[in-house]
Amino acid sequence: MTSAHTVRVVIPLHLRRLAQVDGEVQLEVAGNEAGEVTQRAILDALESKYPVLEGLTRDRVTKRRRPLVRFFACSEDLSNEDPDAPLPSAVADGTEPYLVVGSMAGG
Amino acid sequence: MSGVRVLVGTRKGAFVLTSDGARKDWKVSGPHFPGWEMYHVKGSPVDPNRIYASQTSGWFGQVIQRSDDGGETWEPVNGDFTYATPTGDHLWYDGTPKPWGFTRVWHLEPSLTDPDTVLAGVEDAAMFRSTDGGQSWSELTGLRTHRTAEGWMPGAGGLGAHTILQDASNPGRIYTAISAAGVFRSDDDGATWEPRNQGLVSEGIPDGSAEVGHCVHRITMHPSRPETLYMQKHWDVMRSDDGGANWREISGNLPSDFGFPIDVHAHEPETVYVIPIVSDSEHFPPEGKLRVYRSRSGGDEWEPLTKGLPQENCFVNIFRDAMCVDQMDPCGIYFGTTGGQVYGSSDGGDTWQAIVHDLPSVYSVEVQTLP
Repeated sequence: MTSAHTVRVVIPLHLRRLAQVDGEVQLEVAGNEAGEVTQRAILDALESKYPVLEGLTRDRVTKRRRPLVRFFACSEDLSNEDPDAPLPSAVADGTEPYLVVGSMAGG
Repeated sequence: MSGVRVLVGTRKGAFVLTSDGARKDWKVSGPHFPGWEMYHVKGSPVDPNRIYASQTSGWFGQVIQRSDDGGETWEPVNGDFTYATPTGDHLWYDGTPKPWGFTRVWHLEPSLTDPDTVLAGVEDAAMFRSTDGGQSWSELTGLRTHRTAEGWMPGAGGLGAHTILQDASNPGRIYTAISAAGVFRSDDDGATWEPRNQGLVSEGIPDGSAEVGHCVHRITMHPSRPETLYMQKHWDVMRSDDGGANWREISGNLPSDFGFPIDVHAHEPETVYVIPIVSDSEHFPPEGKLRVYRSRSGGDEWEPLTKGLPQENCFVNIFRDAMCVDQMDPCGIYFGTTGGQVYGSSDGGDTWQAIVHDLPSVYSVEVQTLP
């Protein structure tokens, strides 16, 4: 049985401008069979609500994270975690935001 | 003609410079898309309100922007440039095979007849076409899958399809140039392509006169003489009078025949402009003097144009898409530098003024002549 969660997501300035949003975005994210929220489900929901962001955080075809984009939550770097692994409940219940971050590189 | 609109793509955003027919006083708007690398911004020749822009980032990838009001407002359209068929390998710098992978759109070439149709040259080298104003893209697979493609090796800037020329007198004929593969021509609207590099000699490759492997920096043509092409190669300025079938060198008395852009006067098909750079090792003007060179004889004999350009301590570069000409009379010429200046001449190059001084590094300069 799936469940819907309201997840808070923070995206970088450049993506906020493209999506024409200010501050955090709130997404309705479907839980997996165990009712858990995953990174893949959040990014699917993000791209579904804001199609202009498709391909800008992860590859359009492989869905691999773009090399200079990082994913954080609850003070943890989740960038290299399994995108189908469950996220902490604090993300799923909206206590903590899921952060999409442009990595520190370049000039 | 009421004036001109110069579209400038830079390392940190796009700028729109507008002026009346005198081209002395300029209005500057921007940055549009601040912080993004704007590889190319170009307007439709049949609808000046329609402009396409390639917006790209090492972090976030590719976005295509479209304006329908002359650059006042913009709308992101489709940035999906997924190759249409399974990709093979090209050569990497170390000689090993490297899988084809999309990086960015280097060049957007709007159709000569339809504002909704636009070609895109991309890295790794391929060409795409949109016929719906950028809402969707289809790859012209014949270029990427060319029989020689496995042997293409990127130039220092990447394996980019950076130049696209359309022949107005022959609607099915398209030229492209790829660094460092060379020139290719299609006579069937992009379905199939053939190399057009006979006569090019590149000392940096094992067989200097090979069919492909030449680092062509830019080609251009005058619409009234579509069989005549001019080329700035990695080294050598070249000319073809048979649609690229054969090339001959026209470097003549240039202080250096290395450079990136080349363009033709709007009303004089034998008047050509280049901006010499010292060498592939030193990407700045000889002697620290920024000089545009003009030939009024289709090459071989060149004169320096310096009035209004810095003649000491100038060490900028000018990228391949960063020079253009307008359709006014007298013809206007514009170019942008890696130092953030955009220079313009409203008298065919005799005198120059800096329209802007302090933009980010300029990637591309295109001009629209407004009705």
